[in-house]
Amino acid sequence: MIVQAIFFYLFACICVGSAFMVIASRNPVHSVLFLILAFVNAAGLFVLMGAEFLAMILIVVYVGAVAVLFLFVVMMLDVDFAELRQGFFQYLPFGMVIGGIFLAELVLVVGAWTLGSNLPLESPIPAHITNTEVIGLVLYTRYVYFFELSGIVLLVAMIGAIVLTLQHRVRVRRQKISSQVSRSRATAIEVRTVRPGQGLEGNA
Amino acid sequence: MTIGLGHYLAVAAILFTLGIFGIFLNRKNVIVILMSIELILLAVNINLVAFSTHLGDIVGQIYALLVLTVAAAEAAIGLAILVVYFRNRGSIAVEDINMMKG
Repeated sequence: MIVQAIFFYLFACICVGSAFMVIASRNPVHSVLFLILAFVNAAGLFVLMGAEFLAMILIVVYVGAVAVLFLFVVMMLDVDFAELRQGFFQYLPFGMVIGGIFLAELVLVVGAWTLGSNLPLESPIPAHITNTEVIGLVLYTRYVYFFELSGIVLLVAMIGAIVLTLQHRVRVRRQKISSQVSRSRATAIEVRTVRPGQGLEGNA
Repeated sequence: MTIGLGHYLAVAAILFTLGIFGIFLNRKNVIVILMSIELILLAVNINLVAFSTHLGDIVGQIYALLVLTVAAAEAAIGLAILVVYFRNRGSIAVEDINMMKG
């Protein structure tokens, strides 16, 4: 039990600290790297809670895909980040007030609220089977619409991102496979008779 | 010294607040705003999983999976819009984004 507490405080402190560094860091590349650290530590918290599958998904999806996408965009765009940081301290008091109000409200809610007993469980976790197995048992049966919905969301996001960023340049010469394949003898060559001393007229 | 539901909720609350704070703090930088939104969604996920494991109900984790999907899709679309905007404008300053309207 003490080991669990030690690991909880380790993961929680690093997670909160790196989340703070995400928003306070001067360099956006450092922000992305701290975001990765925050997500890895949140995955550690998930493991402590007993949700191993989601922890691994968090690492795969966020660290493997989303954070790399962020890093790619940050490095690809040639942006003067120092200019973007102007007004940082101008918004600081306002942001602190709003954030403080939010935190106070959340602390009040969490502190004053107790969980009701005998809540009806939608789909209780059976004992003696692994977390991945439990998710697999309900995800494709009871919650198959959620599964399909997330698939559609991902499809729409993929098509949207491709459509938004694809640019068709006019001046670039491209290979047209169809015109190459459908080329026949009539369109490819022309036979002319050349008389001596006169040469060819017109474009050759 | 047992770690209960309240501890995880506290971590999630702090992460959520940091996300909101980040949106206010980096008002000009869209990339950091997107990262702050990711932090907020992570806090939501921690809440969902904490309640799921505390109550012994798997639905929370299914919802967390859905939130994760939506977060990934949102990041992809947001960064795509950012790239297009940068191509047209040459900067990513938020206050100029209203030039995108018709």
